[in-house]
Amino acid sequence: MQNIPPPATRSVSLRVNGKPAQLEVAPWVSLLDALRHDLDLTGTKKGCDHGQCGACTVICDGERILSCLTLAVMKDGSEITTIEGLGQPGNLHPLQEAFLEHDAYQCGYCTSGQICSGVAMIEAGHGKTREEVKDLMSGNLCRCGANTNIIDAIMAVKDGNHE
Amino acid sequence: MTKNKEIGRARRRIEGELKVTGQAKYAAEYNVPDLLHGYIVNATIVKGKIESIDEAATRAVPGVVDIIHHENRPKMAYFDMQYSDMDAPPGSPFRPLYDAEIKFHGQPIALVVAKTFEAARYAASLLKITYTEEEFDVNLKTNLDRAKKPSMGLATLIKPLPPGPRGDFDAAYATATAKFEGEFHHGAQHHNPMEMFASTTVYEGEGKLTIYDKTQGTNNSQLFIGNIFGLKMGNVRVIAPYVGGGFGSGLRPQHQLVLSVLAALCLKRNVRVSMDRSQMFTYGHRPETIQHTRFGATADGELTAVNHVAHSETSRYEDYNEVVVNHAGMLYPAQNVTLDYKLVPLDVSTPMDMRAPGGVTGMVAVENTMDQVADRLGMDPLEFRLKNYAERDHSSDKPFSSKELRECYRQGAESFGWKDRRPTGQPEKRGNRIVGRGMSSGLWDVIALPGKATAEFNAEGKLVVSSAVNDCGQGAYTVFSQIAADQLGLPLESVKFVYGDSELPLSPIQGGSYTTGVVGSAVKLACLALRNKLFKLAQILDGFPLGDALPQDVDFMDGEIIVKKDPTIRVKLTDVVAFNQGKPVKASKSNIPNVFKLKQYTRAAHAASFVEVEIDEQLGIVNVTRAVTAVAAGAIMNPKTARSQILGGMVWGISLATREESLLDKKMGKYVNDDLGEYHLPVHADIHDLEVIFVEEHDEIINALGAKGIGEIGMISMAPAIINAVYNATGKLVTALPLKVGDLL
Repeated sequence: MQNIPPPATRSVSLRVNGKPAQLEVAPWVSLLDALRHDLDLTGTKKGCDHGQCGACTVICDGERILSCLTLAVMKDGSEITTIEGLGQPGNLHPLQEAFLEHDAYQCGYCTSGQICSGVAMIEAGHGKTREEVKDLMSGNLCRCGANTNIIDAIMAVKDGNHE
Repeated sequence: MTKNKEIGRARRRIEGELKVTGQAKYAAEYNVPDLLHGYIVNATIVKGKIESIDEAATRAVPGVVDIIHHENRPKMAYFDMQYSDMDAPPGSPFRPLYDAEIKFHGQPIALVVAKTFEAARYAASLLKITYTEEEFDVNLKTNLDRAKKPSMGLATLIKPLPPGPRGDFDAAYATATAKFEGEFHHGAQHHNPMEMFASTTVYEGEGKLTIYDKTQGTNNSQLFIGNIFGLKMGNVRVIAPYVGGGFGSGLRPQHQLVLSVLAALCLKRNVRVSMDRSQMFTYGHRPETIQHTRFGATADGELTAVNHVAHSETSRYEDYNEVVVNHAGMLYPAQNVTLDYKLVPLDVSTPMDMRAPGGVTGMVAVENTMDQVADRLGMDPLEFRLKNYAERDHSSDKPFSSKELRECYRQGAESFGWKDRRPTGQPEKRGNRIVGRGMSSGLWDVIALPGKATAEFNAEGKLVVSSAVNDCGQGAYTVFSQIAADQLGLPLESVKFVYGDSELPLSPIQGGSYTTGVVGSAVKLACLALRNKLFKLAQILDGFPLGDALPQDVDFMDGEIIVKKDPTIRVKLTDVVAFNQGKPVKASKSNIPNVFKLKQYTRAAHAASFVEVEIDEQLGIVNVTRAVTAVAAGAIMNPKTARSQILGGMVWGISLATREESLLDKKMGKYVNDDLGEYHLPVHADIHDLEVIFVEEHDEIINALGAKGIGEIGMISMAPAIINAVYNATGKLVTALPLKVGDLL
């Protein structure tokens, strides 16, 4: 491999969880690393860094995306919602609340991605049946095996039978 | 004694809000000031020596601070013993960056440290290493003649080698009416927790370190680092409150811990080292294992002859052993039994405990063989198992401390609808799919270890309980809080459990399904000691309000001591603290297992799984459509989190039987599918209707809680039940896991 000096940083303006965020990042910094490191929003998780596990899912301009396969500079001007923006302790998003009720997590490491993915899927109006939801959520791996509880939680919110 | 209100109650996880809002911090998420980033460089050969390391291109990358390898590393310990850890098997533990020798593919050989993660990763790719390669061998099948008995050590105390022969196997097998001889195989598997290994080491000055580590034992990492670098234990603090999955991978300190500490000490800076996903395939794994079984039964279904032999891989430098072949002799009362377990050293990294280590491996062979014998007898598989139900453990001639497996069979079969199972080869059809039903038993030994906890009651009316133990998602923090609440009759909200820090009371590594029994019992004992202390102080309060009441004459309820005979007489616990000059009243207690009592019994959790599979006749694709697992594991502390743990085990069973395998290229000596795209795990679309039943079981022997632990037992019976269901549908016995599409075409 040729020795190429790291490129100069660039300015990136984002709106993250409703607030403006100004970044000075090199083009090779993923959106995931920019969120986790530069913005200290560590709720978004790194599970593979290869787009194979879904742990890094965030909501970008209303769509769920894999932040590890996205360079921060690609999203200049975008609106990003991370798990921190969906709800906070004492002020939970209905899906976060449903995850607690259905024990839809164990270690908690895939949880942020599952919730962001689930929220964006519901808001986009996708997933009519349980089987469709299972298919549409299959990009988010869970190694603890909380699968059935995760789908239960999403179905409860989607069908509106969640308190 | 106050009645239990919390133990046995379905409770949400106490750390739940932190986890669903992204506030729970994991090892790589402490963004301390002036943090440097280390990236690991791995060996690209399997065996040999590093001849030279050319640093020029790496050093030239702006932002690179240092490159650390065996030639320039700081001093590390000399003796093997200093590299040992709480889960080290007998042998000579691997030492990262110690010398030029390469022992396995992917061995860490250098660390590139830079100001940014990206610069470190890029610069690491430029390090030029030349090697002298030596011949290697990673092939288990062709080296079975080199198998040897495992060395004895601390590990073999917890994981005993098989008992000697009983009866006359050869004669019994020769005269058996129905018999089956089988060979079973599974390749290596990697834990692949969702969180990749990471350590953030904070250099506090003067050889003092605070380390945020991904580990299943804060004290284990602390002792390991203290020993290797000759640091005072008080100067090494390891913090790990949240761990993104372990499954055994964190039972031994991993490479990134040593490397981040090496760099921090070398540079006197804060350093984080994270593994990438392919590096998650460069430490331990579930060992590839080949098993042979020969079981024989009489015409009326009595299992008389059992022979179970296993060969597992280990590394050349440590004898990793697990309990693979011991369980058939415990589960069934056959009188003629020979068991053998041997290791084959190969040029691989030392295998490690991975969820239900050994137990699930062995049970696949045992329970699939049982079904084959039942088939030859023309008996229903469940009936065959009931006919051979062991009321005591014949392998050690001891009674069970408790055993409700019969009830697992009954309740599981009823809920599943086992009576609808069709004979093998006459499957029900659903469209282009055929349906099979299978079942299996499961067993997991209850391990007893010492553990410690501290409990204190403070002026704010809170019970603060602490232990160094951590929780990778089992629900331990919630369960310990529930146990504590009941001992002092407090609501759960009044309990604060402090955890995951090596400065807290010593805890063993958390694994083996023993953490609730070990640390939970310590929590109970510490809280009972605190209760006693509070009572004694209350007795001498001004005016002696409790009169001549004895401990058994009072209840502790909602923060008060209440005299049973006259409930108008009450003492507030906060008044007792005030009497103690406002200082918290504190008690520490260790749970020391009563070995003399315990060893008179065989102690095990049991389970039975019932599984339905659908198989596409044209494509051979297997779908686990429905499963019921009934578990007898003593007292269940929190049915909500316990159910989740069993569900997780069932998913792991589905994965073992139908998905996961690390493909070791025997010529290259490396795992070729070292990412989550190619290492197949079940996704949501693969997981269907799963049901968990907890069978009531009381055990006065095993520990202060009567809890056997549930981390492994949910997995063990699933994989064999799936394979038996596939056989039921197709008449084909799959003997190499995971099953592949081609097996059924």
